[in-house]
Amino acid sequence: MHAIEFRNVDFAYSEEGQRDFRIRQLNFTVEEGEFVAVLGHNGSGKSTLARLTNGILIPDGGEIRVFDTLLTEKHLFDVRKDVGVVFQNPDNQTVASIVEDDVAFGAENVALPREEIGRRIDFALHAVGMEEYRHATVARLSGGQKQRIAIAGVLALKPRVMILDESTAMLDPRGRREIIDVVLRLNKEEKITVVLITHFMEEALLADRAVVMNRGEIVMEGTPAEIFERHEELLTYNLTLPRIGTICKRLREGGMSVTDTLDIASLADEIASNLKGGNAS
Amino acid sequence: MRIQCEHLSYTYNAGSPFAVNALRDVSLTIEEGEFFGILGHTGSGKSTFVQHLNGLLRLPSSLKKYKPKKPKKGETPPPAPVLRVGDYDLTDKKTDFRALRKKVGMVFQYPEYQLFAETVEKDVAFGLKNFLQKGEKLSEEEIKSAVSDALSIVGLDGREMAVRSPFDLSGGQKRRVAIAGVIVTKPEILILDEPAAGLDPLGKREVMELLHNIHGDWCKTVLIVSHDMDEIAENCTRAAVFSEGTVAMCAPPAELFKNAEALLSLGLDIPLTAKLVLALKERGIDVDCDYTTEDFIAKVLALKGGRA
Amino acid sequence: MKEVSFGQFYPVDSFIHRMDPRLKLVFLIGFIVAIFVANSFYGLAACAGVLILIIAFSRVPVLKILRAVKGILFLVIFTAAINILFHTGDHVYWQWKIFCVTRGGIIFSAYLILRLVLLVVCSSMLTYTTTPVSLTDGIESLLTPLKWIRFPVHALALIMSIALRFIPILMDETERIKNAQKARGADFESGGPVKRIRAFIPILVPLLLSAFRRAEELGDAMDARCYGGKKRTKYKKLRFTWRDLVGFLTLALLITGVALLRVYVGDIV
Repeated sequence: MHAIEFRNVDFAYSEEGQRDFRIRQLNFTVEEGEFVAVLGHNGSGKSTLARLTNGILIPDGGEIRVFDTLLTEKHLFDVRKDVGVVFQNPDNQTVASIVEDDVAFGAENVALPREEIGRRIDFALHAVGMEEYRHATVARLSGGQKQRIAIAGVLALKPRVMILDESTAMLDPRGRREIIDVVLRLNKEEKITVVLITHFMEEALLADRAVVMNRGEIVMEGTPAEIFERHEELLTYNLTLPRIGTICKRLREGGMSVTDTLDIASLADEIASNLKGGNAS
Repeated sequence: MRIQCEHLSYTYNAGSPFAVNALRDVSLTIEEGEFFGILGHTGSGKSTFVQHLNGLLRLPSSLKKYKPKKPKKGETPPPAPVLRVGDYDLTDKKTDFRALRKKVGMVFQYPEYQLFAETVEKDVAFGLKNFLQKGEKLSEEEIKSAVSDALSIVGLDGREMAVRSPFDLSGGQKRRVAIAGVIVTKPEILILDEPAAGLDPLGKREVMELLHNIHGDWCKTVLIVSHDMDEIAENCTRAAVFSEGTVAMCAPPAELFKNAEALLSLGLDIPLTAKLVLALKERGIDVDCDYTTEDFIAKVLALKGGRA
Repeated sequence: MKEVSFGQFYPVDSFIHRMDPRLKLVFLIGFIVAIFVANSFYGLAACAGVLILIIAFSRVPVLKILRAVKGILFLVIFTAAINILFHTGDHVYWQWKIFCVTRGGIIFSAYLILRLVLLVVCSSMLTYTTTPVSLTDGIESLLTPLKWIRFPVHALALIMSIALRFIPILMDETERIKNAQKARGADFESGGPVKRIRAFIPILVPLLLSAFRRAEELGDAMDARCYGGKKRTKYKKLRFTWRDLVGFLTLALLITGVALLRVYVGDIV
């Protein structure tokens, strides 16, 4: 069963000149349990993808299914329960001033019984490692912590898919690491399907599969390694290689035999075996 | 203009139960002509420090209502702070802070969110008009040409851009307009807080490139506050690491990142090149580079050449 | 990060913190009635006594409370001065042109100051000891009868909660934009009123744009969390406990007390 399925989706922003792209006949699937990274420069349409998936934006044509449920007015809330979206700005996603009240918000909206909401809060705060902050004031938390609370607020609905729409863009490296750790754990342990929308190339390395968007189209698809092998093409979409990719490429151009590895230890191994005369070409 | 700072301390909400010691006895000198990096976690004091440099935050002794405290008996008073930017003494109430601000430009985080005028030209000219001395006047032509120069140094087409609304531009363009709005007065020192934050990889690279264009003839000294170690390693002549309100380290990147353990123990990241150098060291290979990608690659290839 | 003194929750666990917000709201209204019914120093002293008890049980530091008073200091001095100078009556201590200081004036302003301070302290006690969320829950619950006339009680409560959440954020943002424009040479301190108002445009425009942007993202985030369904539950159920009974009895006692004082002791002035 596909977790997310876009079939021939058309979409254009109604306001003239609001975005310089439109989505035409878009096909896109995410399998259950997958971790997919969506890459693209600012304004490439990757956030539009997130907003279409949970019905914040309505496609002009085509079909969107989430776990075989067709996204329509009638099933809007069923889909939203299944697809949690975390947005960019950690300050703009909390409705309440106290952590637990905010985490409860989604669960309240779907009219869960009180005891169940309590259990959901326990579960969600545990999953993001913020149990101790249950009664804390949101305003006093760091950016990374606020964003973890936003994730918890989504988790309280027990979604099967989680979309992170540039949720790390405004965080410092420490906050970014916190979020990525949480997301990886949710994917591995809770088996939540993850769509990570980002323009940090390094984050995409962690995904099972990466998708590159440009002007509302999916232009590249494959494992992160496969994507980064096609660096010339990436550049035409205003994207760069992760720094490690650049180093591999340049060393190879300098006559070393290194593969396009994205891992520091294995690159070091390869350089070492080159220098120690083993298999230098 | 040289920045000289000694024994600078600053407390937010002083005297209240919410007092926070943001800076504790900071001493730091930044020479004219540097491309200086300021590193540290959120809340390490780096923003507080840079806001002192153009008088957005003031030392108590520079405020009109300041009365020096008499030291209590038996207590040695803390050493008096020194804060000089060029000829401006920032501890003195007589200092003209507006004149200082013209010389020390400051670009805040996400500066595109402070754009406000109907056209790019009006927005960029805002600072230019504000900083006019009494009686000083600029003709329309002079303003137009100054704005157009500022726009072209940040990589925008001055004539084409000038009449557009800043709100119709792309994120990267907005940011460049905002930077143009600060450098239009040709400050001698330009301070930028996370200039590349939130941009996509290409946008990041373009911003760093334009800062190198500005550095030198346009603004003699450039200071960037950054979390991005690679950015610091690639661009800066020297960098200071702030931690809990103090300067924990200050050195050129080549020395700074040699001491990777110290940075890691402060909970900070190190650049990719430094990680690779460490990994290679474990494998018995010493790469002596300055931690820029260029130099790292050159040195590794040289090692290969040496052994071939 | 700046601290906003007025209207901010003080996070400790206390007898008062645990009271039902509805009761605290009713208590505040009752207390306001009491301080206006009280027409003698005895009555006001009784009110002050009750308030001091509340403060003692709330574990909110006195300094924090004094800050709230500091916020209205100007208003207090101003009204006191007006009343002292313009109140006419016997026992004139000092007179000059239309100004005079009388015994009645002094007593009258003393009353006024006392009432103002009691009012402000009591309402800040409410906000110090009640989270914005439970406060809005309380208001929502008290307004529930209005649902019968199709009044959007929940939406109103949510708007209040969000407003409370975003006020500190927008204040920070204002400060940041102001600093950014100051760095570009903007001058907010000199010039006539027209110039000063004009000087605020470079702050207002970005601030409004930012507020709209935030509102849009918040709206999306709320949608994503299934807001807008027909049925909704509440995690925090308000329940009357023995604490609330104690509170209610105290209030009843206070109101009866000051009412009796008014009838039997009368106006001291």
